[in-house]
Amino acid sequence: MSIPLFHVLILAGILFAMGLACTIAWRANVIMMLIGIEIMLNAVMLTLVGGSAQWGSADGQIFSLMLMALTSSEVSLALAMVVYLHRRKQSVDTDDFTSMKG
Amino acid sequence: MEATLFYILALVTLVGTGFAITARQAVRAIVYLVNSFFALALIFYLLGAPLVAAFEVIIYAGAIMVLFLFVIMMLDLGHPERMKSPRLVDWIPALVLVLVTAASVAVLAMEHHAQPLAAFSGISVRQFSQALFTRYGVAVELVSLQLLFALVGAIYLGRRR
Repeated sequence: MSIPLFHVLILAGILFAMGLACTIAWRANVIMMLIGIEIMLNAVMLTLVGGSAQWGSADGQIFSLMLMALTSSEVSLALAMVVYLHRRKQSVDTDDFTSMKG
Repeated sequence: MEATLFYILALVTLVGTGFAITARQAVRAIVYLVNSFFALALIFYLLGAPLVAAFEVIIYAGAIMVLFLFVIMMLDLGHPERMKSPRLVDWIPALVLVLVTAASVAVLAMEHHAQPLAAFSGISVRQFSQALFTRYGVAVELVSLQLLFALVGAIYLGRRR
């Protein structure tokens, strides 16, 4: 294994920043915000797998598997919510959902 | 050899993600992201995690992204005029964030000498599942409960009334 952990961490950091940028820039669109969250979670998984490779133990990989299960349940709930909101207002624009505004 | 492959795959991942977050149509963003996740799965394989790489392809690229695609097609969001894309002003905070992160990474890279990983041949599926089902048995139970709750919640939200 000739890949430095440092470079893996740099890649994960840049990926996380790109996911965060996606979530912030597309804040008017629910679907693209969810995609940004997916990118961030993948960056975290890359960090965990890199740590697992550095110390030669399975714990990081197990945690990334847990993270994957968490992500799939999060996405299923969030997309069900998107379908529900679209049925109510015919839109996925976050600016249209202001009914809780005082 | 491994290092070269890693840098190529890292480039593919970053370029795919960059295209995905700037795509004007949601379907294109999903396809670019699937591309980037495949490269990421190969990186996981290089880092000695074959099971996580397989799950990345099966669950992320195969299930989650297809779920996104289903919802986009079901709600007919494929047209760019139906999805408000961010104005140039909206990109400024995001760009500032990315620049700060890139600058801090560059500063760290200046004064840090990268050391290759120690000799390591990857974690076999047997080791992985032994650790998963003996030491982390409670976590498996919790995750299965959580998936059940997500299922019930999705059915509740999606029912017709």
